[in-house]
Amino acid sequence: MTLAVQHLWLIPALPLAAAAVGALAPRSGRTLAAGAAIGAMAGSFILACLALAGALADPAAHQVFNFAWFDLGFGALRLGFLLDPLTAFMCVMVAFVSLLIFIFSTGYMKEDANYKQFFCFLSLFAAAMLGLVVANSLLLLFVCWELVGLASYLLIGFWFHKPSAAAAAKKAFITTRIGDLGFLLGLLWLQDNQGTLLFYDGGAGFLEAAALANLSHLLPCGLAVSTAIGLLIFCGAVGKSGQFPLHVWLPDAMEGPTPVSALIHAATMVAAGVFLIARVYPLMTADQALANVPVHALTVVAFIGAFTALLGALIAVAQNDIKRILAFSTVSQLGYMMLALGVGSWVAAIFHLLTHAFFKALLFLGAGSVIHAAHHEQDIRALGGLSKKMKVTYLTFALGTMALVGVPLLFSGFWSKEAILHAAHGWRVSHLPFYAAVLGVVLTAFYNTRLMAETFFGSPRSENAAHARENGPAMTLPLVILAACAVLLSLVNLPSYPWLAAKLLGEQEVRGHPIFEGAGLMGLSVVLVALGVGLGWALYGRSLRANSAAKDPLAVRAPGVIAALANRLGFDELYAATVGRLNAALATLADVLDRFVWGGAVDFLAALGQFTGLVTRETDERTLNGGFDTTSDKLRGAGQAYSQAQTGEAHGYLRTLALGFVILLLLVVLGGAR
Amino acid sequence: MSPLQLCLVLSSLLFCVGLAGALARSNTILVLLGIELMLNAANLNFIAFWRYGPQPAAGLGVIFVLFAIAVAAAEAAVGLALVIAIHRHRKTVRLQDSTALKG
Repeated sequence: MTLAVQHLWLIPALPLAAAAVGALAPRSGRTLAAGAAIGAMAGSFILACLALAGALADPAAHQVFNFAWFDLGFGALRLGFLLDPLTAFMCVMVAFVSLLIFIFSTGYMKEDANYKQFFCFLSLFAAAMLGLVVANSLLLLFVCWELVGLASYLLIGFWFHKPSAAAAAKKAFITTRIGDLGFLLGLLWLQDNQGTLLFYDGGAGFLEAAALANLSHLLPCGLAVSTAIGLLIFCGAVGKSGQFPLHVWLPDAMEGPTPVSALIHAATMVAAGVFLIARVYPLMTADQALANVPVHALTVVAFIGAFTALLGALIAVAQNDIKRILAFSTVSQLGYMMLALGVGSWVAAIFHLLTHAFFKALLFLGAGSVIHAAHHEQDIRALGGLSKKMKVTYLTFALGTMALVGVPLLFSGFWSKEAILHAAHGWRVSHLPFYAAVLGVVLTAFYNTRLMAETFFGSPRSENAAHARENGPAMTLPLVILAACAVLLSLVNLPSYPWLAAKLLGEQEVRGHPIFEGAGLMGLSVVLVALGVGLGWALYGRSLRANSAAKDPLAVRAPGVIAALANRLGFDELYAATVGRLNAALATLADVLDRFVWGGAVDFLAALGQFTGLVTRETDERTLNGGFDTTSDKLRGAGQAYSQAQTGEAHGYLRTLALGFVILLLLVVLGGAR
Repeated sequence: MSPLQLCLVLSSLLFCVGLAGALARSNTILVLLGIELMLNAANLNFIAFWRYGPQPAAGLGVIFVLFAIAVAAAEAAVGLALVIAIHRHRKTVRLQDSTALKG
């Protein structure tokens, strides 16, 4: 049994219905809202699996179902759904991770008064994300993209009574909107150029050969049109996926509840940018054949990705909040995915996206479990010693960390990172991104070792940590399932049997190569991981922190560097001093214009109107009214005079009648004689 | 004198009697009586002109008069009802006392 493409809309429709149920349920309908959300997500997951079966039957085909949304002067605006292995794998991943996180949330949010809104927002998010994945139109994708941003805004600011959460929600929304402006411009340009925003449409979609050939002419600045449009769309991906220079919102987004961080800001939404670039990959590569252009779109993607990967890993070294460390780690890993896209291996990017979704969701949920148990203590300096108190969380968190670090052979993260490093190594344009990625691997191993050592080893360094105990099965069960996935997911794309890559590329046959081909590079990365872990252990593991106020051993050795990194290299201050200042100056200018220029014009017009009114009134009262008053007086006088005849005496009337009759008679008689 | 002229003289006398009554009497009921007399004088004229006119066969004049009598009866009923109502309020039937409708 498979799900046909024309029924693909059911996958996002189910959580959307659950969101409606959550929105309409009374405040006390906690079980109803949560049950609807989890039930709908389970349904979506089953449907997504059926869709995957349908897509794998013919992996090379792009099954589409298009329909007209509404008619415009220049033709119909068409939307559609697309079913191919990329969509199907994403659907399954999003639905599965969402399902687990929904279940986890029933435990994590148990004490929250706004429990049912939380599930309403989560369902809305899942619906938008699944809609984004199944879209066959850049427009539909953009609509869902913005809905995802809205849900993210609502969920980051879920605890809106905290000023920091409200500010973080605004920051996330506005920062991503800057990228979305580029996305929107690219979308409009494409619509203008191609007349369609459908990806695949039986040869007429803009990702198909006929359309891409139209995009190869050069602009006055030397860029190909496809490069320009591709880079504009990439702007949207930069914003959503937290790439440099728009990465600043993602760490702040950790103000939201932890399941939100796991679902939206680690596993799914932030991966949407990577998915978007993978989806429009034919457009991004359309300029590769041109030799005389200054830059190819993918080159920009690769450099930004590599820089972000390194930047995120560097800043993560000096953070103390458990969720912020993971947030910067997410920034860094998204950079790796972008790097893979940029160097031409979108399959490696999607593989890493899928494995990262599982192990990063696991890490965030593990962090949530720790935070929940330790009474909302998030500072790793004040934690410690949790390995004995929270065994399940500890073990699953360790598995997730090993997947993220890339501990060889057993863990999915190792294979996906390896694929990216191989692709980066083979890139002919430049070797710089490869070196950045390699350095990033060391740093990743280093800061994760620190995170593990500080959080779980030693003895508790605060009251909250001392009282921590393991959470209930609603929270530990998702951890166990995700941990199993974090390990087992490597099996779908081992170098000797790259099933996932083959299906994504639309090949029926899976052609592997020996598992240790390129063993030199693999050996290098094993050494690097060992180096990072060893450094981390030497600094943080051997001599454990004594109390929460003790100085960081790295900060003792290089105080200036660590202070700068802890301050996130001052990007927030830089933006406040440049973009923020500029914005404030523009706002002041607009205020002045409003108040004095436009306001003055409006005031002048108002005064003119008042003056006209005055003139009219004077004319009315002095000239026209006099005439009418005189006429009315005369009429009234005449009426009074005539009413004198109305005596009320019936005899008088009769007499008048008789007199009149006599006069008439006389007239007739005299006239008749003539 | 022809029969028509005799009838017209009779009806003129009747009219004058009615007019004199309506103008001279102060009892409202008697004024109404006078008005009825004048009306009947007119009815007599209808009959006379029909009977001695060019088409005496068709019942036009009689029907006219029957209508006039019916209307007069209705009018008399309304008039007498008014008189009774005025009498109840003011304990008088003198026409000169009812001048509330003056301008």
